[in-house]
Amino acid sequence: MKVSRRTLLKIAGISLMGGGVRPALEALGAGESSKIVASPNRLVGKRWAMAIDTKKCPPGCHDCIDACHREHNVPDFGNPKDEVKWIWNEPFKDVFPAQEYRYIDEGRKEKPVLVLCNHCDNPPCVRVCPTQATFKRKEDGIVMMDYHRCIGCRFCMAGCPYGARSMNFRDPRPFIKKINPQFPTRTKGVVEKCNFCEERLARGLIPACVEACKEKALVFGDLENPAADIRKLLKAQLTLRRRPELGTQPQIYYIV
Amino acid sequence: MLEKALIGDRKYWTWVGFLVLLIGVGGFYYLQQLDYGLGITGMSRNVSWALYIAQFTFLVGVAASAVMVVLPYYLHHYKAFGKITILGEFLAVASVFMCVTFIIVDLGQPARAFNVLLYPTPSSILFWDMVVLSGYLLLNILIGWTVLASEKKSISPPRWVKPLIYLSIPWAISIHTVTAFIYAGLPGRSFWLTAIMAPRFLGSAFASGPALLILLCFILRKFTRFDAGKEAIQALAKIVTYALIASIFFVLMEIFTVFYSQVPEHMQYFQYLFVGLHGHYALVPWMWAAVILAAIALVLLMNPRARQNETLLAMACAAVFFSLWIEKGLGLVVTGFIPSPLEKITEYYPTGPEVAITVGVWAMGLLILTGLYKVALAVKAETEEGSSRSSAT
Repeated sequence: MKVSRRTLLKIAGISLMGGGVRPALEALGAGESSKIVASPNRLVGKRWAMAIDTKKCPPGCHDCIDACHREHNVPDFGNPKDEVKWIWNEPFKDVFPAQEYRYIDEGRKEKPVLVLCNHCDNPPCVRVCPTQATFKRKEDGIVMMDYHRCIGCRFCMAGCPYGARSMNFRDPRPFIKKINPQFPTRTKGVVEKCNFCEERLARGLIPACVEACKEKALVFGDLENPAADIRKLLKAQLTLRRRPELGTQPQIYYIV
Repeated sequence: MLEKALIGDRKYWTWVGFLVLLIGVGGFYYLQQLDYGLGITGMSRNVSWALYIAQFTFLVGVAASAVMVVLPYYLHHYKAFGKITILGEFLAVASVFMCVTFIIVDLGQPARAFNVLLYPTPSSILFWDMVVLSGYLLLNILIGWTVLASEKKSISPPRWVKPLIYLSIPWAISIHTVTAFIYAGLPGRSFWLTAIMAPRFLGSAFASGPALLILLCFILRKFTRFDAGKEAIQALAKIVTYALIASIFFVLMEIFTVFYSQVPEHMQYFQYLFVGLHGHYALVPWMWAAVILAAIALVLLMNPRARQNETLLAMACAAVFFSLWIEKGLGLVVTGFIPSPLEKITEYYPTGPEVAITVGVWAMGLLILTGLYKVALAVKAETEEGSSRSSAT
């Protein structure tokens, strides 16, 4: 069979289209195959929140902290200046300064209370960020970070009234004990904080801290779901929130 | 016209060489900061803004203060300011340049700075600060350069500059107002959460900026043939006096509200500044130095005879400048973080590299100022020579 020059060029062109252009497009993220498909097992909520029963927290326990920091490749610099932390303990008197008074029981005053990002319904950090690198996810209210967009201006750290945010003042990677390949490490010069384990929710898992707590002191759930455990808990118990008077509408509820 | 900055005597080049050296040292440490991260500075998780952002805040004030010569000259035809208006405008140019550089050196990821343009976010005051600062820089370069070029040709400036000059007046107010809003709109940082922040910023700006301009005029008179004229200097001195009084008045109003109301959360910052908090005193000597300097300046400036004595006036202006630099360039930013939202007192001390970088940026601003002033004075000398020659014939 004699192939004309014209046909040959046509075939060459078509094979280029199929064999060359398509993979190139896919590599650029335009191809169908690279679309992110949500897992059918994922946990879906309209307003995620957490209740912390401080009475159930055993003294000296930090299982939840370790689980979170392991899961999210949080570095340990070993000094408070460069410190990066997502969830940690602070004395009751510093978490709830308005609740401190002269005759408060000493034990209660110094009792360690877990603190983390409050995933505010009206988050000042999101309002002040000049690049939308930190944003509130519309569907479930989680306040998230895009580590690739953050310019490291630290306006969010000034804006957060809870001290929930950490800056990578140095390269964190050499200070991560064991890297979890399931979650990205960060670069120097960006801010980070608790993400309510959005990466685990997407795989159908509850947050790492909640899972790690043997005492069931942490309850995570959807406030918009009247049947959720957290709703029942908020109905049955009086809870405190950190600095609710600021109008940030924090979504971490404390049973004290 | 720019070529005039390249002709100078030995003193001029020694000064330029000195500034270039400081810039080089700052640049060296900035490369180290790029490599290591902002951990090279004294900033910490609790005190996350410090010297860099404080310099930025102070210098926005110096930049805005150009309006104090532009407004009387162009709106009220106050002729005495004719010779120094260009100095005010070029001081604004150099100051805004330093402001932008201080923001850049403060970024953790400076290579991503343009994300602010790629994802414009009107809810962020930092976005608006970028808009007003870049606009103000452009306005002052354009106005200053065009008016000077016309002066060189001994013609009146083109008509399109007038509206830009009028625009630059409210624009100057806007840059410092927006900069105050960066602080004054944050819930939970009670030291900054006060409506008087913007007026306070403007008050201190209109004192420190013109005080610096007076000092610059004295320096220029000593080292060049340029003389701003007694009337212009005295008018500037009156502006410094009133602005200093306003500035002190605003601070006292703040102190009244804070201490009469007795709200601990509002009092603690002022306690940290002036008497120390729970055994932490790092800023106390500085703040009292600022108070004493301001008091000395106030006594000198309010007395007309002292104000007319140029040695005393120079001393008063230096006192105003350093007092307000301590207040804004040192105390204001750091104290907003002490104590932290979790009641921790973390004191801040700048590191050597941080100070070197800061000095480098100041030197860069001074180099720009030197070049621009050189051009302006050369043009002015030329036209004066020309006019005196033509009047002789």
